[in-house]
Amino acid sequence: MYLQKQFLVVNMCGIIGVIDRGRSGMDGSGIKEALSLMNERGSGEGAGYVAYGIYPDYPDYYALHVFYDNLVEPKKKVDELLEKWGRIVQQEEIPTYERPGLRKKHIPWRYFYKPHKDLVVGSSTPEDDLVKTLVMDINSRIDGALVFSSGVNMGVFKAAGWPEDVADFYRIQDYKGYIWLAHNRYPTNTPGWWGGAHPFNLLDWSVVHNGEITSYGTNRQYVESNGYKCTMFTDTEVVAYLFDILGRRHGLPEDLVVKALAPPFWDEIDAMPERQRKIDHAMRLTYGAAQMNGPFAIVVATSQGIVGFTDRIKLRPLVAAENGNKLYISSEEAAIRVMDPDVQNIRMPRAGEPVIGRVIV
Amino acid sequence: MTLGSVPLRYKVSIDRDQCMQCMRCVDNCSYGVYRVEGDRIIIDSRKCTACHRCISMCPRDAITLQEKPVDYRSHPLWTAQTREDIINQARTGKIILAGMGNALDYPVIFDRLVLDACQVTNPSIDPLREPMELRTYLGKKPSRLEFRKNDEGDVELVTELAPNLKLDTPIMIGHMSYGAISLNTQLSLAKAVTEMGTFMGTGEGGMHKALHPYQDHTIVQVASGRFGVDIDYLERGAAIEIKIGQGAKPGIGGHLPGEKVCVDVSCTRMIPLGSDAISPAPHHDIYSIEDLAQLVRSLKEATEWKKPVFVKIAAVHNVAAIAAGIARSSADAVVIDGFRGGTGAAPKVFRDNVGIPIEAAIAAVDHKLNDQGVRNEVSIIASGGIRNSADLAKSIALGADAVYIGTASLIALGCRVCGNCYRGLCPWGIATQRQDLVDRIDPEIGGRNVANLIHAWTLELSELMGAAGLNSIESLRGNRERLRGYMLDEGMLKVLNVEPVGA
Repeated sequence: MYLQKQFLVVNMCGIIGVIDRGRSGMDGSGIKEALSLMNERGSGEGAGYVAYGIYPDYPDYYALHVFYDNLVEPKKKVDELLEKWGRIVQQEEIPTYERPGLRKKHIPWRYFYKPHKDLVVGSSTPEDDLVKTLVMDINSRIDGALVFSSGVNMGVFKAAGWPEDVADFYRIQDYKGYIWLAHNRYPTNTPGWWGGAHPFNLLDWSVVHNGEITSYGTNRQYVESNGYKCTMFTDTEVVAYLFDILGRRHGLPEDLVVKALAPPFWDEIDAMPERQRKIDHAMRLTYGAAQMNGPFAIVVATSQGIVGFTDRIKLRPLVAAENGNKLYISSEEAAIRVMDPDVQNIRMPRAGEPVIGRVIV
Repeated sequence: MTLGSVPLRYKVSIDRDQCMQCMRCVDNCSYGVYRVEGDRIIIDSRKCTACHRCISMCPRDAITLQEKPVDYRSHPLWTAQTREDIINQARTGKIILAGMGNALDYPVIFDRLVLDACQVTNPSIDPLREPMELRTYLGKKPSRLEFRKNDEGDVELVTELAPNLKLDTPIMIGHMSYGAISLNTQLSLAKAVTEMGTFMGTGEGGMHKALHPYQDHTIVQVASGRFGVDIDYLERGAAIEIKIGQGAKPGIGGHLPGEKVCVDVSCTRMIPLGSDAISPAPHHDIYSIEDLAQLVRSLKEATEWKKPVFVKIAAVHNVAAIAAGIARSSADAVVIDGFRGGTGAAPKVFRDNVGIPIEAAIAAVDHKLNDQGVRNEVSIIASGGIRNSADLAKSIALGADAVYIGTASLIALGCRVCGNCYRGLCPWGIATQRQDLVDRIDPEIGGRNVANLIHAWTLELSELMGAAGLNSIESLRGNRERLRGYMLDEGMLKVLNVEPVGA
């Protein structure tokens, strides 16, 4: 932990997320257009997308997306590790198409993977725990390999470049997902690093984040004391880990996870009715180290839905809108309108108030 | 008399042109520096302690004081202090007694840590316009919460929370016993903490009945002498603290000289009038960590598990492991007292040489507890040499939940850190039981001064947090990202888990 260089990535950034609550697939062309519209919020040095439901042929397998610096040394080590703890049913290079503005710096690779859950004892989610450990292990110990996506039937696509170039590099229009998140990055540190682009993902959790987490040191210590390793050189990864701890391991529903991360002020809590006050009081005492401070707007996705929220005094913008089964959350209304000109019910959530969209089928 | 006298430590002089012979200096000096012969004030500089009482009371600014008016031959090893200590011990054959905190010139780590502020990428928060939350809860916290849905479909909390102390600001006043300090001093402190929504320690001296109106803001102490401890005392405190050791003199007990044991002190401590109150080095029922856990449980049983129990230890080399052991008992907080902690009386060799600095101790304890996943089991209270709001902010960023201040609160009552507390003649009415001296403190005014100090630090802490883009104290706690080490060596940075400036 000591003297591990903290190239904290600081973002201005534009974010957008969409869910079709009826699980109808959307290809990536719409979100590409929406994200490109927010190019003023980026600098052409990082963009990324995540989509859920894109691998219907492998619905029960962990899709591990890995950046390799080369396919010799690091890949051999990763293959060995994965085969030791599970079964690789399929692996391939992720198809990419080089663009004038985007040269391949890493080789994006994907595995469809089944961990041997019998190898883990004492866990209610042995497969997730095993994959989490493997991701942490590879990212902290194997040079030249970075797992940037590790959920089931979902995948992250990201690189350093403008949103439209990154989208075309991966041809995201070829993927159909019922949830998409996207991020346009304005980095102030590690600009050329692909791993620094959003979304950040761990297992089923994906995060796009506009802002800076001033409580990072506290949050990092909290996730590390819970067995996570921060390896991505960015404050955003702790958000994914916090959701994994509180949402998966502690079993809190999304609204309570958001409440832990962006809790009401004590004055508000003191004025609440007894039952609610008791809950909020306990939440702040228990999850104080998970509380996130600083300016941020965040959208988190799982296969079950998306949730967007801002910091406690809303120092970054967030807009939500709906159209039928679709719920949009974005930094800018204009981006939503590009994707869907007929949206209704456009609103700006209050500071710390979660906007939640769950799948209904 | 082969040794003769050592040179004067201080030389006092009066500007006779300025002096108007008001005699305030004569009246105020309890050490007998001044006397009147005829119409002239005669000065005996040898008795001076540099307490500044005369200087602060002189209406004409006529008094000047010079330290070390006589030079020794300079020598880097055989300092004046070293030589005088030897002369002293050659004369007496005794342990040298000293007051206040560590007086050796160790580097101050706090002064080599700098805080962070926001620029551009994250906005700073203005505490005058936005909420700024310093509220702190001390005590055990669950590591996770369990909820269930009731029949109406509402979410209900299943997890039971242990009682916690609620502080409006993370500044408390440490344990200074009645006996060591005067009743008016304790009353001033009690009024201040009650007003500021925080707490003070009673020290190992029982609780005088005059403090009962403030008992909800006191933490009662159980130390090795068990002075003043009965069920009534335990039940009055908002929390109970077991004192194992103290930063000024780790590993040894306490000694209140019989001269300070007046009627009231004797009643409050439950000891005979005029007898020395000697606290043994160890508790005679604690010889292991499991014995400590037993005492914690006994105190909790006695008070029906309604009160948090703290354990105070001196910051010694192995402080992190000891704290981890305490975290595994039923204790709610561990108090770490650094080697700069003050005291009324300590053997000088201990005060100046035993223990470690509080900065390193906080970081080591916080790190160890996090490493072992038990940080939520105990709060960390840091004490021993916290001088200002910057030390406070840095302590919290290194991992403390709150701090105890001692010396700083006494300075707010007039103390000039002269270090003669053990003599019982404190001219400021603080470390004395002589009624005419004690009366020099008006608890109303004293309370105001101490409350002002806590208030000022609280404001400054809010500003520092706002500048760092933080609006709640939870987000500063253990946030090493907001600290950088300046001219600290690599080993120290590693212990503190802090990056150097520029990194």
